[in-house]
Amino acid sequence: MPDLSTLPYEQALFYIVSTLAVVAALAMVVSKNAVHAALFMVANFALFAMLYLLLRASFIATIQVIVYAGAIMVLFLFVIMMLNVSEAERPQDRLFALDSLAPLIAVGLLGVLVYVAFGVKQPAATTSGLVFADIGDIGALLFTRYLYPFEITSILLLVAMIGAVVLAKRR
Amino acid sequence: MIPLSHYLIVSAIIFTIGAVGVLMRRNAILIFMCIELMLNAVNLTFIAFAAYQKVVEGQVFVFFVITVSAAEVAVGLAILVYLFYQRLTTDVDDISTLKG
Repeated sequence: MPDLSTLPYEQALFYIVSTLAVVAALAMVVSKNAVHAALFMVANFALFAMLYLLLRASFIATIQVIVYAGAIMVLFLFVIMMLNVSEAERPQDRLFALDSLAPLIAVGLLGVLVYVAFGVKQPAATTSGLVFADIGDIGALLFTRYLYPFEITSILLLVAMIGAVVLAKRR
Repeated sequence: MIPLSHYLIVSAIIFTIGAVGVLMRRNAILIFMCIELMLNAVNLTFIAFAAYQKVVEGQVFVFFVITVSAAEVAVGLAILVYLFYQRLTTDVDDISTLKG
């Protein structure tokens, strides 16, 4: 296996990818068209997969692309096209002035989160590069220590499937 | 080596964008997308901490988060479709009462 502890242009790659991810997220939130928003969401998910790769989480990056950028995107696009909804612009008749309050909430939330992020101590052991955990390590942990959560997850998926079928069938 | 805090700040920015989207958008589908965005931001935090602390558990947790969010999207979108057939709208301002 090649040495993946250091990658070329890692810094530049990180800043480019994270900037693009933020831009895609902003574009998703402000876009009027729901289909455009879904496509920006897919771009954002793919860029997040690249960030996971930069953190050497290859398995998570793969399932990010398969599950999020694949399955969940298809679900969203399918529902958008089936319902054919457009967000009609209309006069403000909300109960609360949430739109004017949202920037305030955003600044507060971002401030607290960034303050906490700067307060986090960099672990001392990371000078030798990041850990490279592959699917085998995750699988070993998943089927020993986290076996019950794993089985409960499968029940959750079954329940979700039955629920979706029942909801879709009832007219 | 990229500092851990930079990953956390990217995650914080994306999470905030998602939260603002939930507050400002009216279309329930877009609110769903913003929730997915916030889940992704949290996943990035999990992975960043896992990588820098050299533990695999963080990735296992992200695996669970992805599974739960996939289930959530399936049921949530089914509810939305049902709601649309009942009310012909996905605007959350029009669906403000629990009574059917």
